[in-house]
Amino acid sequence: MSFNDGLIRKISSMAERLEHRGELLHVATSRDQFVDLVDIIHKVGGRLVSLHATDERATAESFMMYAILDHDGCLIEVVSPVWDGVPFQSLVPRVHAANWYEREIQDMFGLTPHGHPDPRPLVLYDDWPQDTFPLRKDFDSSIDIPRIPREYKYRHMEGDGVFEIPVGPVHAGVIEPGHFRFSVAGEPIMALEIRLGYVHRGVEKLSETMPYHKGVILAERISGDTSAAHSAAYCQSVEQLFEIKAPERAEYIRTIILELERLYNHLGDISGIALDTAFAVPAADGYVLRERVLELNEWLTGSRLLRSINTIGGVNKDIDRDKSAKLLSHLVDLRLQFERLSSTMMSSVSMLDRVEGTGILSKENARSLGCVGPIARASGVDIDTRRDHPYAAYPDMSFRIPLQKSGDVYARTVVRIDEVRESFAIIEQALDRIPNGSICTEFTGAPIKTTALSLVEASRGELMHWMIGEEEKPFRHKIRDPSFCNWLGLELAVRGDIVPDFPLVNKSFSLSYAGNDL
Amino acid sequence: MDESTEQLGKQLQERIHQLFGRSLGIREVDAGSCNGCEVEVNALTNAIHDIERFGMHIVASPRHADMLLVTGAVTRNMEMPLIKTYRATPSPKMVVAMGSCAASGGPFLSSYAVVGPVDSLIPVDVYIPGCPPRPQAIIHGIMVALDLLEEANNR
Ligand code: SF4
Repeated sequence: MSFNDGLIRKISSMAERLEHRGELLHVATSRDQFVDLVDIIHKVGGRLVSLHATDERATAESFMMYAILDHDGCLIEVVSPVWDGVPFQSLVPRVHAANWYEREIQDMFGLTPHGHPDPRPLVLYDDWPQDTFPLRKDFDSSIDIPRIPREYKYRHMEGDGVFEIPVGPVHAGVIEPGHFRFSVAGEPIMALEIRLGYVHRGVEKLSETMPYHKGVILAERISGDTSAAHSAAYCQSVEQLFEIKAPERAEYIRTIILELERLYNHLGDISGIALDTAFAVPAADGYVLRERVLELNEWLTGSRLLRSINTIGGVNKDIDRDKSAKLLSHLVDLRLQFERLSSTMMSSVSMLDRVEGTGILSKENARSLGCVGPIARASGVDIDTRRDHPYAAYPDMSFRIPLQKSGDVYARTVVRIDEVRESFAIIEQALDRIPNGSICTEFTGAPIKTTALSLVEASRGELMHWMIGEEEKPFRHKIRDPSFCNWLGLELAVRGDIVPDFPLVNKSFSLSYAGNDL
Repeated sequence: MDESTEQLGKQLQERIHQLFGRSLGIREVDAGSCNGCEVEVNALTNAIHDIERFGMHIVASPRHADMLLVTGAVTRNMEMPLIKTYRATPSPKMVVAMGSCAASGGPFLSSYAVVGPVDSLIPVDVYIPGCPPRPQAIIHGIMVALDLLEEANNR
């Protein structure tokens, strides 16, 4: 895609420097112009992909703030300095999607947004000392951080018959920790407040201490069920930094494992939706299919979660002809069983009754929050990184991008069912066309001085790794998991629904806590 | 059906019956996991492994649990919830640290946001190695925990 000339003229009038870097337009601007510039791109339909900071005080004498936007398939990186002790103007009143990003910047860098409607801490808890910021370069990881007692203020709803229901962080099911606070009047939910950060492990800081080859291992452990997508995104960004290219055969293998990952996750989500509507038979069948894919993963690669396959410069494991043929026949079998399952599910009146009209996320809200993946597509937002910013072997694949309009649990189920079909088709195409050759390029050289940006469509949606490199390890590594963009969508979607529908709506959003919290 | 699960499960069923005369209640606690371990705990209940038929029941509250199955290197933000969950579990109780993170801190050990492996906060009976451990390894680990319990009972 090419950049829109009118927009470029507008941008350049406000920019200090403008540079085309491959697919990316890099725009440096002053602090005063930053918000206006991002807002202009946002107004013409630019979607906020990420907003994050770096500590460049050693070289540039300031912190830097980067906004990444996607405008009609063109990626724009806007950067401006931010100074310690000088609050920066918040983007949130104009770009709602910036909400959690700015709170995260405040926690991690101690830079305060001015005019943010909700400047509470996001991942570092209230008992965290207020003058200690982990992503600053002068932060010392080895010291013990004291706990300072302080209380987190939840939003309160008041009125006759309004009650609060607190849930978590330790839940009744086998799911990750998070706190949900419902304000209810009788059965209907008036508001939901979600508090996360319980599994914040400090991944971005850890990554700055890890040599690149170890960074891949860490990337696989950001969100365990997204190991392949996170490691692919990590490897792609390091490959960009070192200007190396994975061989074509490796790109095909990456595509295959990325689709296998989507398959087992979507199968789990679809079965979970059946389970939460108390439709036990397809739920059990669906979980068996998911297990079959996990077993297939292990047989094909040695890892049920597809770990240790992606490596910088390519992949570690090849798929020989014999395996390829067997994989194909397994897929045919799985496909048949899946069709039976989906037709049982989608023809059941009692199931449809639960999912239709439940947990609606409007297109407008999905856009304004910057939602991604199946959640966005179920609300009619037509985005998919595989088509919009193709990577691996996706340029050679033909596939459809399923869309729905109703934005309810039904739509999210149908989108996933259709995507499972596409995944089967993509794996078959990839196995059919995979070229011969090596599977890994040597990882050598020195990193380029500019930033690297890599996007991957994980099963939950667009995932970003962004990096500034040093010789041995990243200087700054920003990770943005798709769930980070989708959590607030859940708060909006459950409003007006009844409490017993929450587990179902939550399941249909299928959000990662670990990926969000980092 | 998976044969190794089948064999292990049968042995386990006998043990549980001898020791408890009822099902074993297990409460899973994610104390800072990447969620890879949860994928495998969830796999235990699918129709292929189906551990419930061997008398292992994943319960909804620590109050109903005989055993805590803890995953993840304990984060600073999960330290209190983990300790509270431990206290809410009636004695005698067993703690199984599942996965490399829970056992040793894994790749997260040196982080400012991580307190340490599970045994730095609560006593652990059995460690299950793996990242994540396979479903069969989890079943095996639970069996080892039951052996320890039996030994203690006989003493
Ligand atoms: S042991 Fe491995 S799979 Fe389990 S939580 Fe740790 S990194 Fe994730």
